[in-house]
Amino acid sequence: MSNIPADLKYLDSHEWARVESDGTVTIGISDHAQGALGDLVFVEVPEVGKSLSKGAAAAVVESVKAASDVYSPLSGEVIAANDALSGSPELVNSDPYGAGWLFKLKPSNAGELQQLLDAKAYEKVVADAAH
Amino acid sequence: MPFIPHTETEISEMLAAIGAPSIDALFDEIPAALRIKSLAAIPDALSEMEVGRLMQQRASQDGRPLNFLGAGAYEHHIPAAVWAIVTRGEFYSAYTPYQAEASQGTLQLLYEYQTMMSSLTGMEVSNASLYDGASALAEACLMSVRAHRRSKSARIVVPSTLNPTYLSVSRAVTEGQNLSFTVLPYEPGKGTLQFSRLEALKGEDITAVVIQQPNFFGLMEDVDAITDWAHANNALVIAVVNPLSLALFKPPGEWGTKGVDIVVGDGQPLGVPLSSGGPYFGFMTTRMEHVRQMPGRIIGRTVDLDGKQGFTLTLQAREQHIRRSKATSNICTNQGLLVTAATIHMSLLGAAGLEAVAATSQRQTSKLVERLARIPGVKVVFDGYRFHEAVLQLPTKVSEVLEALAKRNIVGGLDLSKLYPELGNALLVCATEMRTDADLDSYASALADVLERKP
Repeated sequence: MSNIPADLKYLDSHEWARVESDGTVTIGISDHAQGALGDLVFVEVPEVGKSLSKGAAAAVVESVKAASDVYSPLSGEVIAANDALSGSPELVNSDPYGAGWLFKLKPSNAGELQQLLDAKAYEKVVADAAH
Repeated sequence: MPFIPHTETEISEMLAAIGAPSIDALFDEIPAALRIKSLAAIPDALSEMEVGRLMQQRASQDGRPLNFLGAGAYEHHIPAAVWAIVTRGEFYSAYTPYQAEASQGTLQLLYEYQTMMSSLTGMEVSNASLYDGASALAEACLMSVRAHRRSKSARIVVPSTLNPTYLSVSRAVTEGQNLSFTVLPYEPGKGTLQFSRLEALKGEDITAVVIQQPNFFGLMEDVDAITDWAHANNALVIAVVNPLSLALFKPPGEWGTKGVDIVVGDGQPLGVPLSSGGPYFGFMTTRMEHVRQMPGRIIGRTVDLDGKQGFTLTLQAREQHIRRSKATSNICTNQGLLVTAATIHMSLLGAAGLEAVAATSQRQTSKLVERLARIPGVKVVFDGYRFHEAVLQLPTKVSEVLEALAKRNIVGGLDLSKLYPELGNALLVCATEMRTDADLDSYASALADVLERKP
């Protein structure tokens, strides 16, 4: 069973979002997603300053056998990207909710947060995918 | 006999499973007006014997002319061993096998090919090849747009001394992708890029600058200055090179202070016979920092569980069968058979052999130019240092001269008068190591005869 922290929000395409105390949002991919992809060999993060709309392809995670898009859970401006991943993509595998974060957004539409899944709903998505 | 071995029973079972009444029904979404009813223009099938005879007749129409035409594809000696080895059953396939790792020999060959191309071009990585030189340039332009994320213009600067077919193919392939091409003129009388026109673009957002070396006129561009200018102006550099010329000249990886970013070209001079425009193969090499944006695949060397050497597909995650519409290219293959020939050709010739071929071609071209320029009315258009091609000016219409030469069994070169009208009656000629001194004399005397009979 994969780890699904209760304090995060999720997309059914397996991204997580964490609202920080300053109102910015940190985004990554879930433990389930990293497990399904296998060992990552490359991560392409978005450029700082880029503005993303909700659902836009924002980053690419590449394993030996597949390259998958990571979608932005919210609209907003990219204010930071995890540059450590260019040399150590395996951080996404070893610590998907911590050192393996992908990028941070300054959200432009707080209402969109309400549309994301909570941990319980995401747990169901993962369980359904297994069947 | 159809090649798809499904029986009627299997077909009806499959149709039943998907709920379609017939195979035709699967094509319902294509409007009737767009569907071809019959193939009336296609003749009936011929037997193998009839096809064999037809092909021999067609082949004999070509004759065996004495060839002085280059312009992107070159007649070189290919040791008999090359194609004897290539056509062995173990190698004889155009494709990387789908169960790639089950074909270690093919993968090792591709790995050796990549190593040779990286070393020849002075770059860190090579892919397993592309279709041809022109489409490789188109791919390089698209790749530069992906790789250069700070540049927003998707603007590619090319010199007018780039092979004109390379430019038209690049435009055609990239159409609809919002790339723009800015074509810069050559210096009149010199035949190389007018550097001041490049400098005039200073400060503008340019994604990449293309340099062909030697250029379409066979001349040497100031590649160091152009490369450094491009990098100083935040543009990537794409080199288009004849791989054979790299046996003599500085590899693109060493141009300027940093070297270029992407190298492409046509691999035909490396063991691939001339054949009505193809199939040839394109090559592409680049820096490691751009490897994720390079189209195609890379073969890597690794070890198995027991520590034994093995070869594997290491970079295919961004190809079409995995990345679909977001793949690095919609061309998802390589030219395996021709790459096999090139790898064997390079192995047989070795570095010294390649250098001898290139140097002899250069020497024979220089002798040819000297001999032809002695003919009254024939002038050398550009004086600069050249590889194995040169532009000559004739006193009369080039197409008529070429026709008259063809009657004497000589292919005299490429008529430039439509591609570069400002050059007047201009002819691009080439001599490779295949042209002996006697061949050069034959051409010179034939051309003198042809020109004398003209008013």
